[in-house]
Amino acid sequence: MSLLIDEKTHVDPAAQLGGDHRIPDQSRAARTRSFEVADFALPTGREEEWRFTPVDRLGNVLSDAPTDDREGDVAAGYDVQAPEGVTVGTLAPGQAPRGTVLVPEDRGAVVASANTEQALHLAITKEAELTQPVRVLVDGRGAGRRSNAHYVVEAGAFSKALVILDHTGAADHTGNLEVIVGDGAELTVVSLQRWDDEAVHLAQHEAQVGRDATYKHIVVSLGGGIVRMNSNVRYAGPGGDATLLGVYFADAGQHLEHRSFVDHNAPRCTSLVTYKGALQGDTARTVWVGDVLIRKEAEGIETYELNRNLVLTDGARADSVPNLEIETGDIAGAGHASSTGRFDDEQLFYLMSRGIDEADARRLVVRGFFADIIAKIGVPEVVDRLMAAIDAELELTALSEQHEEPASA
Amino acid sequence: MTTLEIKNLQVSVETDDAAKEILRGVDLTIRSGETHAIMGPNGSGKSTLAYAIAGHPKYTVTGGEVLLDGENVLEMGVDERAQAGLFLAMQYPVEVPGVTVSNFLRTAKTAIDGEAPKLRTWVKDVKGAMEALKMDASFAERNVNEGFSGGEKKRHEILQLELLQPKIAILDETDSGLDVDALKIVSEGVNRVKENTGLGVMLITHYTRILRYIQPDFVHVFVNGRVAESGGSDLAERLEEEGYDRFLTAAV
Repeated sequence: MSLLIDEKTHVDPAAQLGGDHRIPDQSRAARTRSFEVADFALPTGREEEWRFTPVDRLGNVLSDAPTDDREGDVAAGYDVQAPEGVTVGTLAPGQAPRGTVLVPEDRGAVVASANTEQALHLAITKEAELTQPVRVLVDGRGAGRRSNAHYVVEAGAFSKALVILDHTGAADHTGNLEVIVGDGAELTVVSLQRWDDEAVHLAQHEAQVGRDATYKHIVVSLGGGIVRMNSNVRYAGPGGDATLLGVYFADAGQHLEHRSFVDHNAPRCTSLVTYKGALQGDTARTVWVGDVLIRKEAEGIETYELNRNLVLTDGARADSVPNLEIETGDIAGAGHASSTGRFDDEQLFYLMSRGIDEADARRLVVRGFFADIIAKIGVPEVVDRLMAAIDAELELTALSEQHEEPASA
Repeated sequence: MTTLEIKNLQVSVETDDAAKEILRGVDLTIRSGETHAIMGPNGSGKSTLAYAIAGHPKYTVTGGEVLLDGENVLEMGVDERAQAGLFLAMQYPVEVPGVTVSNFLRTAKTAIDGEAPKLRTWVKDVKGAMEALKMDASFAERNVNEGFSGGEKKRHEILQLELLQPKIAILDETDSGLDVDALKIVSEGVNRVKENTGLGVMLITHYTRILRYIQPDFVHVFVNGRVAESGGSDLAERLEEEGYDRFLTAAV
């Protein structure tokens, strides 16, 4: 057994505050799970799971309100593209498999659940190997308009599929994703947050990984004013493999928060959580909280979680909190690492001293920072889009710096 | 024929309290094909000279001139200096995670030449230069300086020297931390480039050891931020025997 500990000592920001105004979770497993809106009060920002979130800027998104569809004008447009081998349907609350895997764990998820009358149901036929991705395109039609969503993806046993959830436009959007990965299935779910600046997006993505199944969950958060995603995994049997990947790039004014929870509740499963983010601009803010629970029965499991943040400019802030709870000694390996570093001017100098201009040098360094996680993503269209987006973000920095120069000269 | 002229160069570095003067009027002229060894005790300002010429932002030029074929180097950006034909082989090359050596070399070559190198000849050139420096082919796919040994870092610097073909190279303690075998390989690399391209070299070193492999035309003793004495290679031999004591006493 190997047990790797943080590369540097992590000080819990909550402990630094010193107050006892907040009772931390006894265990991550002890958190409230319920379909009743009344079980989740509106957060104040002092709760353990909301302490990093700017709850005062969440607007309407936590209210127990229906989707703000108007005559001939929906709050969010949906376009579902399902290739052969996928059955598209809907599920009412309580209609299985809806609700069998995802039980809301916070206010955002519970209002989404309560206010989605018909959940989108995507069932991938067992043993089907899809040659085309399943696409769900969500296009917000107006900032501040409530939009509730719940999707259920059911990957039949031994099927192979890629599901891409793509968010654009703006809305106050709560979106639940419930994923059932059948035994021996290979499922990749990609969630792209390409929102406009005014969008608010809360999400709970809950997956159950079947026996010997492989689940890959990829989050790419580039747009949106506030994005807060909970990506969770549990296992339905031994031999399951879960990979949770996240890439984010926060600009001034953006709050991008990613939380993951891997509940190792079965023996001989593996999990790998890797999130990497860059930040630029005053008030750019990112949060990563990675919880892993290894239960007594989870013998022989192996898990590793890692978060790295690259702060490109002054005024940006990244929080990174790994939590590892271990209830059995009989594991193959468990570890975590977390670090946040500033853009290294020495790297810039080194590259520029070889003739490379500043913009290209920055691009090389930032692309390099993301290189390993991009290699793990392995979905060409997502990788291409991501690289293009990173380049565009960096051009933004270059432009704003050019604009600033005359003022400082 | 290229000439690098350093005239009365004065450089200071920002410290916590105030600017500290490090170079106090350096005069030096290096022409194509010439090798100038800059020798001196620790803290004499040798590395500052190298970094100031390359344009490191930590150093502020407070006086004097640096001209490359009459062009004012001090007005150029760091990248423009390299494009103009200057090269600095660093004592502590910087790690760039996630950027492969091969990508880095191609990007640098494109930047220096103003156009992408022809793929076929470039691959051959890189392979040949790596073989000459006894670098394994797998090196090209490693990330720049990441996990490199001291010797690998220095070979990688000389690899760049071979491929980027600058007019004037400043080698900042390229010999430090090298065993004799690595020192020979690196020195042969420098000599090869000199022979092939007529490179002018400013060879900064603390020890005379490397001068057995790279023959200097001029030796300058650097003390307290300026050139205290200049001579031929015989000066290096004298330093080998006497050390820097003579100059240090004089400087006090």
